[in-house]
Amino acid sequence: MKTGDPSEKDVAIEDPNAPEVVLGATAGGGGAGAAAQEDIPNPIAGTFDGVDPTPGSPKPDEILVAKNVVRRFGGLTAVDVDEVRIQRGAITALIGPNGAGKTTFFNLLTGFDDPDEGDVSLNGNSINGVASHKLAARGMVRTFQLTKSLAKMSVMDNMLLGAGDQRGEKLSFSLLRGSWRKQESEVRARAEELLERFSMTHMADEYAATLSGGQRKLLEMARALMAKPSLILLDEPMAGVNPALVQSLLGHVEALRDEGVSVLFVEHDMDVIMGISDWIVVLAEGSVIAEGTPDQVSSNPRVIDAYLGTEDGGASSDGRQGRDSE
Amino acid sequence: MGIDWGIIIQQFFSQGVGINAMVFAMAAIGLNIHFGYTGLLNFGHVGFMAAGAYGVGMTVFWLDQSLWLGVLVGLLLPTIMALILGIPTLRLRADYLGITTIAASEALRIFVRWRGNQERTGSSGGINDFADEFFEFNIFTRPGTETYDFAPGGLTIFQFRANDLWVLLIGWTLVAFFLLLTWQLMRSPWGRALKSIREDEDAARALGKNAYAYKLQALVLGGVIGGVAGMLQVISRQAVQPDTFNPVITFLIWTILIIGGVGKVASPVAGSMIYWALISGLITFMRELIGTDLSDELETFLNLSVLNVDQLRFVIFGGALMLLMWFRPQGVFGNREEMALEDR
Repeated sequence: MKTGDPSEKDVAIEDPNAPEVVLGATAGGGGAGAAAQEDIPNPIAGTFDGVDPTPGSPKPDEILVAKNVVRRFGGLTAVDVDEVRIQRGAITALIGPNGAGKTTFFNLLTGFDDPDEGDVSLNGNSINGVASHKLAARGMVRTFQLTKSLAKMSVMDNMLLGAGDQRGEKLSFSLLRGSWRKQESEVRARAEELLERFSMTHMADEYAATLSGGQRKLLEMARALMAKPSLILLDEPMAGVNPALVQSLLGHVEALRDEGVSVLFVEHDMDVIMGISDWIVVLAEGSVIAEGTPDQVSSNPRVIDAYLGTEDGGASSDGRQGRDSE
Repeated sequence: MGIDWGIIIQQFFSQGVGINAMVFAMAAIGLNIHFGYTGLLNFGHVGFMAAGAYGVGMTVFWLDQSLWLGVLVGLLLPTIMALILGIPTLRLRADYLGITTIAASEALRIFVRWRGNQERTGSSGGINDFADEFFEFNIFTRPGTETYDFAPGGLTIFQFRANDLWVLLIGWTLVAFFLLLTWQLMRSPWGRALKSIREDEDAARALGKNAYAYKLQALVLGGVIGGVAGMLQVISRQAVQPDTFNPVITFLIWTILIIGGVGKVASPVAGSMIYWALISGLITFMRELIGTDLSDELETFLNLSVLNVDQLRFVIFGGALMLLMWFRPQGVFGNREEMALEDR
């Protein structure tokens, strides 16, 4: 993990006009996150001790299970996953080379795309064919690889939108201010709390479009938390984020886990993944080729061949993989 | 013969708050809910106006029922139309609604002017003198005088017929009501969810918002408001004519919305008033020019006639619109900074 100093400097260079961000980002993110990592013991430490590091292995307490999920685009089979079981309360990373089908698989899990075959269940209940907007109420919220901040809405409105089951969001109640005023102020209080935690309080009234790339990732994560998810799926949360803010984001992801929220995320950056994940699922050419703890995965020859090897620009003997990474 | 500036001023002000200004302001309020707040591409708004207009007209003409029942039908038909157009298309990308609405509005116009519908819609002749019941309640009716003048210091600024004044009173009251409704709705959590769909439908869905239902609600609401505008237009004329509902009207409403500023509550009213004041002032001015002694060169160059001033005004207005887009693309009420914001 980076020390405080260089990250502070980075932010200061990036954004000299916002000193609060500098303090906030490091104090609430990198600093607090790092502290949390050191002081609070990992609440799920030991959970994976007895778990077999093979694709599809059962976990002690599964929140999300995908079986035989297949997605074809014409003749191309983008995803063909036999079995993936995600442990509750853990940070699980989904990795794989470019074109491995990570985002497609994510879309299948979250109802943004329908599999041609297969079963996905959340908390033991099948969510096959359940509309994507209904999954938030079931405790599953996702973010997107290309951040979807709602540009022409304020940061606060972004946050307020995240809360589920709002009475005022029904057309029939929308004009009856009295019927939702109380809930609205509760939601607002919660939004303020979360903005505070993500060090974005001072930006509450700004348009979301004015935020930097990293701040948008933070906003998207904070907004997702408004829905009180039990499982949060982050699609490349660190992509395009400056290094100082990466530490802050990582701190927040770990804080989520420490609060009992399950996290499944897609990521490219191997350093990030190795440092933060409790469990790693490796996807290549649409299938799961390996699973395990960071140590197990990084020493797995199949992973090195399919993924890590190509990091150095085609060190792999497999020519096709080399092409994939380019 | 010189130019009569009095008539130009009177036309400028009277048309600025006149029946067209009122009808188009109301129609644009509906379109603003569609496009300005929800991001729905409705290129057939005139179809909703026609549905309202024929709803009220046909109830009286074909079914021989009262005008008031007709008004209810005029609310119902745009609702049905919005559902028919929205249910199959709103699950798809935005462009599908655009294509469907423009086609549906034209199909509707062609269908009602079809000869076979003579008994039902009056075909190309339309439906005439069906709204007497509305004018029975005209509080401005008085014996002896046809028109009302408002002329401080001898200069006539506003001049309206008694019947028009009655339509205007009801119409602008409804416009005020719809503005209030829009304002209240858009500052509620429902409006917030609507705007999130405009910004990014997938994000809204990921946060648990049923984007499809919201879009359908917005389409119905804006469509019904367009239907009311259509009803007021035909009631004011006592005539439902199929060819008044041609596609140009839709783009006129878009123009008005853009002049006012997309996605702002009051912009449809401002846009409509500005448009009708300027376009009416302009054509009156040009008509005055026809009878005026100009230099021969200018006369030859302009070659004004009663026929071509009608077209020339749109040319001039088009040019003015381009200038507006150049210097103030956000419209009267829009916010340029906000307009420039985008998801990077």
